[in-house]
Amino acid sequence: MSLWRYILGRLLTGVVTVWFIATATFVAMHAVPGDPLATDKAMSPELRAKLEAQYGLDQPLWQQYQRYIGAMLDGDFGVSFTQANRSVNDIIAEHFPVSASLGIASLLFAFFGALLTGLAAAWWRGRWPDTTIMIAVIAAISVPGFVLAALAQLAIVRFNAVWGSSLIPVAGWGTLSHIWIPAMVLGLGTMAYLSRLLRSSMIETGDAEYVLTARARGLGPWRIFWSHRLRNALLPVVTELGPAVAALTTGGFVVELVFGIPGMGRYFVQAVQQLDYTVIMGLTVFYGSFLVLVVLIVDISYGWIDPRIRIAGPGSGGGR
Amino acid sequence: MIPESTLSPAPAPAVSPDMTSKPARFGQWRLRLSAALLALLLFAVTFGAWLWPQDPAVQWLSAVNQGPSLGREVAWVDHSREPAWQPTPFAGEADIAVIEASTERVALQWRRDSAAQLYRISRRPAGDGESTGWMPLGTTQVPRFVDRLQLDTTVVEYRVQSMNDDRRETGVMQLTVQPQRAISLFEARLNGLIDAEQSPAPQARLTLPAHPLGTDALGRDLLARLLQGGQSSLLVGVSAPLLCMILGTLWGGIAALAGGRVDDWMMRVADFVIALPFLLFMILFRIAMGVGPGESGLLPMVLAMVLLGWPGPARLVRGQVLSLRTQPFVEAATLSGANKLWLLRVHLLPNVLPLLLVALSFAIPQAIFTEAFLSFIGMGVVAPTASWGSLCNEGVKTMLTEPAQLLWPALLISITVLAFNLLGDSLRDRMGLTTRD
Repeated sequence: MSLWRYILGRLLTGVVTVWFIATATFVAMHAVPGDPLATDKAMSPELRAKLEAQYGLDQPLWQQYQRYIGAMLDGDFGVSFTQANRSVNDIIAEHFPVSASLGIASLLFAFFGALLTGLAAAWWRGRWPDTTIMIAVIAAISVPGFVLAALAQLAIVRFNAVWGSSLIPVAGWGTLSHIWIPAMVLGLGTMAYLSRLLRSSMIETGDAEYVLTARARGLGPWRIFWSHRLRNALLPVVTELGPAVAALTTGGFVVELVFGIPGMGRYFVQAVQQLDYTVIMGLTVFYGSFLVLVVLIVDISYGWIDPRIRIAGPGSGGGR
Repeated sequence: MIPESTLSPAPAPAVSPDMTSKPARFGQWRLRLSAALLALLLFAVTFGAWLWPQDPAVQWLSAVNQGPSLGREVAWVDHSREPAWQPTPFAGEADIAVIEASTERVALQWRRDSAAQLYRISRRPAGDGESTGWMPLGTTQVPRFVDRLQLDTTVVEYRVQSMNDDRRETGVMQLTVQPQRAISLFEARLNGLIDAEQSPAPQARLTLPAHPLGTDALGRDLLARLLQGGQSSLLVGVSAPLLCMILGTLWGGIAALAGGRVDDWMMRVADFVIALPFLLFMILFRIAMGVGPGESGLLPMVLAMVLLGWPGPARLVRGQVLSLRTQPFVEAATLSGANKLWLLRVHLLPNVLPLLLVALSFAIPQAIFTEAFLSFIGMGVVAPTASWGSLCNEGVKTMLTEPAQLLWPALLISITVLAFNLLGDSLRDRMGLTTRD
């Protein structure tokens, strides 16, 4: 299968998935018993009718669905229920860049950190660096994210007290120094997971025949490690980057909450707690489409890197 | 003659101790450690709530945020009675005296100043010296005062300033007080320390129950809450992945056996279900089941995790069954007349089981984290019901002053997750599903 057919196939699947998410969200929201307009404030019938017309709740379901899909294709996600006159688009435009930069920073930290520790563990396999790194890795995946974030904040406070001045900001957003501790906290779990994956994948490549051939031709172990084994071993790690982005965007909720970062995750959790339906729906569809896009990009690049995947098909490729 | 040496058996080859491979020992250690940890946890969680007599919902408001103790002895104070004021005019060597000093109330009485119209009382912790300012407590026109504000056993200093009509200070008195631990009679009767009608002797000491891990911000025993929390967390953490596995196995097994278009469509459905947003459906299940914003709901959590999580095991099982289908033993069984159901039950499922066990060992920590996160944002279990996640939530709020309240549930979550991860690792290595370390 050529690269273009592969890309087209994945693109189509992506579009259908996004449509499915939007429809499922719509059906789910309207299948729930209860009234989205039920608030504590007493509402006069005229006001209620006006709000219903504004949100289109008085129309039959099929028309509401058409309106919903139409608005979404236009890029309009509606207006927030709890914050009048604040459109969901504004919320996304204001808060998503914050979450995105945090996510990218933590992904970079996770990937390069995993590269460092995974390769170190694979190179010195069986000896003390390997054991220490693997113990640290298992410990890192065992601690829940919010505890890690809270402990990191505690550590910053103590560090600032010892240092004398507020060198590292404890919370907030704006400068570069605000970003690196939350990014590390967020990326630690993913880094541990990728590190373990890289290490076992490197060990598997060690048994491959091309390594034996390279050795027989006289290449040194260092050169084989870097030029041959690493490239093959990186493939499973790259596949995992797609779900890793998923993990980072959902884990971002907690870090944003604890560190007071004005990102979309914190906003989403607030909307969930306040049952702000339009925001919940809009952000869910947005998140869903974003994830589909990222997985698509990763799959396409994986298909480009490793032609075997294109032939085998997207469903069975990438796994072991 | 044949030399005897040729008839005796050859000596056994020497086996050096190095030949015992290190990974095997490490693997054994992992399996044993994780199995021991899990057995301990399961025992503690199942029987702990019965064995430990404290009720996790009982609040001891006279003992909030306390450290570990094995049963303190405290005095008792009857708030419906006035302190034993000394008769006026105030007689005594000092100008000011302490009538009663306990964590329930501190009663001060002083000599009346004829020039004074008003007395202003303030307080500060002793020992901090000049760094902490005086906290004003109130003003009074009579030369006595009862302080009930946030008293604990640390030493405090009181200052009484007498003022005249022009708000000028005419005199000041200072006193250092060490309050002793006390409980109010009302609370003692309410929580069953003493009988409802009983009034103990004035100098009698009551014994508070033991709190090996201390109490939380509302005076509830932390150990009891952790044990109850373990029940919620592990219930959700184990049942949800288990149901996921069962559902996924059925779906994946049937899809793989059916093959062709049926297989295609079943897997498409699985792919779509994975794309569904988890948090949204969690909220919807909560609302659909009538769980209000401040209430606990374990069932919506489990339901959401199962209904949105089954495609993972389904894919796994499908892949495994597909590869097993082409094996010779399956062909032989089919030739001998086995139908699909027999194949599934007798041949395929037992071979899929190791894979499922490993997947389960990794899915349980994931479910525990998900439950902890949901309780953390208030979408799962809410106080006073405990779960390790909600305990972490409460602990984070007082993290800087009472770190123990955060560390204990976090430690328990980490240990549980660690044990399951180790178990999964060692199972995976034992069953040879990936290369050994």
